[in-house]
Parts: sequence; C-alpha cells; structure tokens
Amino acid sequence: MTVTDERTGAAAPVSTTPLLEVRDLHVEFHTRDGVARAVNGVDYSVNAGETLAVLGESGSGKSVTAQTIMGILDMPPGRITQGEILFHGQDMLTMSAEQRRKIRGRKIAMIFQDALSSLNPVLSVGYQLGEMFRVHQGMSRKQARAKSIELMDRVRIPAAKERIGDYPHQFSGGMRQRIMIAMALALEPELIIADEPTTALDVTVQAQVMDLLAELQREYNMGLILITHDLGVVADVADKIAVMYAGRIVETSPVHDIYARPAHPYTKGLLRSIPRLDQKGQELYAIKGLPPNLTRIPGGCAFHPRCPMAQDVCATDVPLLHPVGAERGSACHFWKETIGD
Amino acid sequence: MGRYVIRRLLQMIPVFIGSTFLIFFMVYALGDPVAALFGEKAPDPATAAQIRHDLYLDHSLGAQYLHYMKNIFVGDFGTAFNGEPVLTLMGDAFPITIRLTIVAIIFEIIIGILLGVITGMRRGKPVDTGVLLLTLVVISVPTFVTGYVLQYVFGVELKWTSPSVSPSAPFNELILPGLVLALVSLAYVTRLTRTSIAENTRADYVRTAVAKGLPRHRVIIRHLLRNSLIPVVTFIGTDIGALMGGAIVTERIFNIHGVGYQLYQGILRNNAPTVVGFVTILVLVFLLANLLVDLLYAVLDPRIRYA
Repeated sequence: MTVTDERTGAAAPVSTTPLLEVRDLHVEFHTRDGVARAVNGVDYSVNAGETLAVLGESGSGKSVTAQTIMGILDMPPGRITQGEILFHGQDMLTMSAEQRRKIRGRKIAMIFQDALSSLNPVLSVGYQLGEMFRVHQGMSRKQARAKSIELMDRVRIPAAKERIGDYPHQFSGGMRQRIMIAMALALEPELIIADEPTTALDVTVQAQVMDLLAELQREYNMGLILITHDLGVVADVADKIAVMYAGRIVETSPVHDIYARPAHPYTKGLLRSIPRLDQKGQELYAIKGLPPNLTRIPGGCAFHPRCPMAQDVCATDVPLLHPVGAERGSACHFWKETIGD
Repeated sequence: MGRYVIRRLLQMIPVFIGSTFLIFFMVYALGDPVAALFGEKAPDPATAAQIRHDLYLDHSLGAQYLHYMKNIFVGDFGTAFNGEPVLTLMGDAFPITIRLTIVAIIFEIIIGILLGVITGMRRGKPVDTGVLLLTLVVISVPTFVTGYVLQYVFGVELKWTSPSVSPSAPFNELILPGLVLALVSLAYVTRLTRTSIAENTRADYVRTAVAKGLPRHRVIIRHLLRNSLIPVVTFIGTDIGALMGGAIVTERIFNIHGVGYQLYQGILRNNAPTVVGFVTILVLVFLLANLLVDLLYAVLDPRIRYA
C-alpha cells in the first residue's frame, strides 16, 4: 500500500474514485544496449479540477508515464510490464484499441512541448482544430470551422476569424502553444496531460500560457497533469507534486509543504539549485553526478550515488514511499533527518 | 505567385533556345541531311544544290536556325524527307505516347505509393525486405530485358494480351507496355515513398494525430501520407518528361508508333526535320513539367511560398 492510495479518499471530496489513478506502473524499452527501465512502479492519482505536477529531470520517466496513460507509447520498443491505469476506476490497459481511441481527445487530451513540430505543417490550424469536431462529433466542415474560430477566441488568439486558414509556421511560438491548448480543450476533456507545455517558450510568454491553461482548467473543472522540470512554474498552479527520479516517485506532497520542508534529498537538491536573488554572487548549487543510465539503474535507492546523506543501507535496500505527514510521502530511508534540518 | 510563374516562364526562354540550338547543330552541322536523303548513292551535284536551296540548307547555320525557329512559331515544323509534314507525324505519334505515359504514371502512383506505404510502415518485416529486393532487381535489369521477358510471358505464353500493339494503340493494349515503361520509375517511387513514410511515422505531428483520438486510417492518410508524398509527387512530376522521351525502347519492343518510334526512325535515317521537331517538343514538355512540379510543391507544402 502506498501513500498515494491512502490519500485518494481524503483528497477527493466529490467522489471516492479518483479521475485517474496510476498503479504500480512499469514500462521498459528494449534498446541495443539492453533493457532500459524507464518507469519502475509509479503510483499517482488526479481528481477532477486538481492539478498534479510531475517533476523530474529528463529521463526520470515522467514523459513515458504520460505517454503510457495517453496510449501513445511506441510499442515496440516500449513495453508495459506491470501496472494499471484506472480512468474512472476502469483499467485502460485492458481496453480494446478502439475503446482507448475514443477516450483519447474526448476524455483525456494531451498538450505537447514543441508546438511547431507537434502540429502538422501542411494542414491549416483551422483544419487541425476542426478535425476534433468532425471526427468525434460528426460535424460538417462549416460547423467545425465555426467551432474552431470560437476555440481560437477562447485561447485569445487575436483575429481568429482571419487566421483560421493559416498554417502553424505562420504563428509565433506562444500562439502555436495556444493552438495546441485549444486543440486539447476542443471536446472539453476531463483530464489534460501537459508535457512541458511552456519549456519551448520564452519567459514572458511562459507565464501567459501557464495562466491561460490554469484559468481554463478551473473553468472546465478538468484534472491536469503538468509535467515539468521547472519548479518555478509548479508553485503557482499545482495542487500537489510528485517528484520522479529514475522511473520512481521519490516524493509526493501538497505543493506548499514541499518548498518549505522537502522530505527527500533529491527534492532538496532541486530546490537548492534554483538561483535566488539573496545568493547573488555565490556559486550556484548543483546536484553532483548525472542521472543514472536507465539500463543500469543503481541498486537500492537509485539516488544514493549522488546523495549527500547516503549510508550503507541506501545501496542495498530500496526505500518505499513512507508516509511522512498529511498527504505526504518520501522514498528515503532518512526522510526524518532530511525534513528535520 | 503570379510573378514567380512569369519569372519562371522567362527563364525557360534561354534554356529552350540553348537546348534546341544544340540539337539543331548536332543534326544539321555534324551530319549531312542531303547525303542521308540519297542513302548509299552519290547525289547529282545539281540536284543536291537544288535540294539544299529548297530546304534552306545553303545558308549559314545561324540563319538556318533562325529560319527554323521562325517557322516553328507559326506551327511549321518542316517536312520529313518522305514528304509528310512533321506536324502530321507529331499529330499521330504524340497522342499515342501520351496515352502510354498516362498508363505508366498510373502504375507508378497506384502500385509505387501503395508498396511504399506498406513497406514504410513495416520496416524490417518480410514484406519490406521482399519488396526492397524486388525493386533492386527491377532497377538493375535494363528495360529491354524486362520488356521482352514480360512480352513473352504475358503476350506469347499466357496470351493475356497481344504481344504487339495495333497502330491505333487503344488503352487496353497499352497496359503491358505502360507497365514496362513504368517499371524502373515505379521501383524508385516505392523506395522514395518507403523512406519518406518511415521518416515521418515517428514525427511529433503523427503522435499528436494519434493523441487526438483520430482513427488509424485518418492518421495515415491525412497526416502521415499528406506529408510523406511531397517528395514523391515531385519525382513523379519530373518523370513525366523522362517517360515521354524514354519510351523509345518500350515502343520498339511493342511496335508502338509513338514519339520514340518516330525519333528512332528519324535518327536511323538521319531525317533531320523529324528529329529536331520532336526533340523541340520534348524539350518543351520537360520544361513545362518542371515548372508544374515547382508550382505543385508550393501547393503541397505551405511552408514554401514563391515571391
């Protein structure tokens, strides 16, 4: 039993089943160098109207988990070896391809990082938006066009009517990401997975896009899984955080607790490596070492070779996600010491 | 776009003049059309001079060329040495070769793209390896071998079609010759489509299309194929000219009286007006096909806009 499981009942005031629940998910990739274990037992859940931020370095398995939920993992080389993904309590991994397709876009939608490469370069944005209505709701071209203009207005793209026939390359980066958001929102899904939605944008535009996303999420009462490596983005919009390392969740927590008192040395390291104004002139902290090679994840706690607090036990015993307080969990043998100092 | 077309049309003028002059020079200056007319026999000098005068051959090469060009623009391609106007020969030959080319292009599009999509989506599977090997064989074996083999198998042994084509060359008789003509290009279309599909299947926008919950056929046709076909369409476009000019071998094998046949006869007999006239038209076909391809490119890929 994990902390995530115990928590779901209390965290969901409306219904007892969470909107989405990932249980003990394992995903591996067969590569030339061996089997890369990208996801090694991830548990998390999201309720309607709630934002879960999944935090981690590249290669921590956060995107692979998202792609597995979405059902867009490349298989092969990817393979789901274990686990369940429950949507309204129903395991999506046992559904037929057609059932899953009907959930995609309609119930669960995804926003990708790089809108320029994620939008089809040779189709107009109007066509790509309208496709959602035409395919899923059987609308005529004309109706779909009207709905698409409405959508573009919703995400505040100026002169939507004139720009509906434009192609992705004719928009700026921020506008393109708005189109991605519009496309994800088209059918008012219950859950949106945003995979680094603002990473490719410059800082001022990042804030605008993030605000828009948060606002629309509140309005439609959607669940949101926000995948990011940017702690700054998370603080403003997330309700709870799951920190991932080497395919495992190492810490889960409501958003504010984690900033004040991180319960895992990795989270602590991440927080310390954010540049702060009062440390101007001093050397910036960096977690020593590199993320592990996924084909050769260290035994015991995967983080132990880089951990400043590591003891002998860390190299041999895999720490489970211990409950460390209200709705919090840490996968560290020495969470007490971590949270304490 | 309009300005681009006009510029391209203007650019065609020097290419047209250069290439036609070259062929004119090769036929008229390097060979002796009058001597060819008399074959083995030595011509009577007075008659030869008369013929030279009638055919405008007693002027300088430049003047001859200008004279020829002037006539072309009023639709006079001269007279073949057997007394038939070249224009009449063209009127007979071009419709046949155009029909043959159409059959070949249809084969390229349907079979080439289909095989390309199938192999591109099943890379490394037996289908892929098999088709790839087959294209290699087709590309390596020259047309005059595959042509005769297919003619023998389907025309003589199986009798599915007549081994030679009647003078009127209806479409149904052109199916086998069209396939033979298309074969090498078809193999290239298959390989090009395969590579293009394989490259695009992992593209982000294809992943987006899947994430949108679109049915598989829609993802493949509207998103994957639409992008992958851009280089293929370009290839097929430029191939139109090559097929029309390159039908010489195929037309010989199946006894089709098209452009290739006339050109072959013209070259064999050093029949200058025929050769120059037909090549001039082929040059025009090449140039227009290339322009068409460039314009099509802009239509297919909105990122390319000609100013």
